[in-house]
Amino acid sequence: MIEVIRGGMLTTVQDLGRRGYQNLGVVAGGAADPFAARMANFLAGNKEDAALLEMAFAGPKLRFVKRSVVAWCGADFTATCDGKPLPKNRPVSLAAGSVLGFGGTKTGAMAWLAVGGGIDVPEVMDSRSTDLTGKFGGFEGRKLAAGDRLAIGQNDSGQSLSRGAASWSLGPERLVAVCGPGVVRVMRGPEWEWFSEGAKETFFQSIFEVTKDGNRMGTRLSGPPLPLAEPREMISAAVDHGVIQVPPSGQPIILGADRQTIGGYPRIGVVATVDLGKLAQFRPGETVRFHEIQTHEAHELLLRRERDFSIARACLTLSL
Amino acid sequence: MEPRITALGDRALIIELADRIGDEAPSRIHQVCSWLSDARLPGVTELVPAATTVTVFYDPVALKETGAPKHDLAGWLSSRLTERLARLPEATALPPGRLIEIPVCYGGDFGPDLDSIATRAKRSPEAVVELHSGGEYVVLQLGFAPGFPYLHGLPEALRFPRLETPRTRVPAGSVAIANRQSCVYPSEIPGGWHVLGRTPLRLFQPDRKPPALLGPGDRVKFRPISPEEFDRWEDAS
Repeated sequence: MIEVIRGGMLTTVQDLGRRGYQNLGVVAGGAADPFAARMANFLAGNKEDAALLEMAFAGPKLRFVKRSVVAWCGADFTATCDGKPLPKNRPVSLAAGSVLGFGGTKTGAMAWLAVGGGIDVPEVMDSRSTDLTGKFGGFEGRKLAAGDRLAIGQNDSGQSLSRGAASWSLGPERLVAVCGPGVVRVMRGPEWEWFSEGAKETFFQSIFEVTKDGNRMGTRLSGPPLPLAEPREMISAAVDHGVIQVPPSGQPIILGADRQTIGGYPRIGVVATVDLGKLAQFRPGETVRFHEIQTHEAHELLLRRERDFSIARACLTLSL
Repeated sequence: MEPRITALGDRALIIELADRIGDEAPSRIHQVCSWLSDARLPGVTELVPAATTVTVFYDPVALKETGAPKHDLAGWLSSRLTERLARLPEATALPPGRLIEIPVCYGGDFGPDLDSIATRAKRSPEAVVELHSGGEYVVLQLGFAPGFPYLHGLPEALRFPRLETPRTRVPAGSVAIANRQSCVYPSEIPGGWHVLGRTPLRLFQPDRKPPALLGPGDRVKFRPISPEEFDRWEDAS
């Protein structure tokens, strides 16, 4: 059992999302950085898709009633266990009654906290992710608040590792082939050809600023406008996490994990899956630039990262 | 037109089946969707139909593991989709969508825009009800909110742009029209469609299987009911 002493700004229960219901208009959702969530779960001895806690900007304060194993990944939040620093990227064993406090973060925006056994909330449409707009899934379909009590599940991952304290920390960022701060790799979107020659040039050469208008559904950017070559109405079609839409204002919106299933704005680009985690860490006022890659390059990057992830997992399994 | 396949990033392919809504019967999109779904193509995780497209989501890692060449995962899947589409049976050889009847209590508090639509359509409210409930609709797609159906088949005389100022709250069950379509609000959400009436049916319940009453490709008919019948439905559920 976890007692929530302070909910934090936006702490929600997430897993890897609700798949198979987008044809009914149900948002896929899930952790805003699926890779970090999988890593935290792995370190806590869980299956990769176990439910965990996602926090944003100002974290929660939590009391663990029983002895537990936890692991957290993501931005550099100040994190303490009974007042002492709580190390990141490694399994940590907590004594019964421990209080974890997550404060704010100077860089990045989000972090993921996995608990051995996973957060035990009922599955809704095959997922434990919180649908904040639909108000279902996760913990009562909403963000956590003081006084909430979360059940912890049984560890059924088949890994009988007795995760205790580790003297090492994993560097998950090393497993992500980064291409520089503030740069996101993007493929041309399905409506790329609809944009003016100027817009196409601008898109990959300009710097865009992250505005305050951002949430789990998407982030609005501001920068030089990206007009269409001629006015054109799009017929709504499916969108995805990382799709960059351009509404009539000409200012792009990058869709987040809680994007709607279908969108009606021209899609100028799509962020490579390996860089989705970067989007989760955007802070208002920061700048971003788009670097063009081809689909097959995005696949190579993804396959390489998955291979490195498998190697890291294998090594950790041996060392634990 | 011949289906056109384009990429949506590194995890989805879009199959375009028509240039305009209505060029291809909306039900055809859903027949294509079922046809592809039945094939259980390797690596495919989800199919999302819309008015003129079917978007095929895939897992690149799973694709590679099933033997797709790692330098051309998207091309390989695109070829599998093209092969499958080439064997698509004629529309008439496939079963039509389910027909679902939706009882609607028109006008009054349930349909605050019925009179204004009647005025704009230069008809009586009764004639608007008759028009709206006279034909059959097809669920073009679900989106905007969970279980929110976009219904194709609105008679031309009832086609008007959305409200200039959307309402901040539209009650669940509201049956409404805007532009070329009709819809039913599955839950209480903001909205700018003209509300003609309300159904006592619940279109979306997260814990029901399936959670949405209507699926893409289903056919829908509205049946006018009295306020008394509306209350009886409510009591029964």
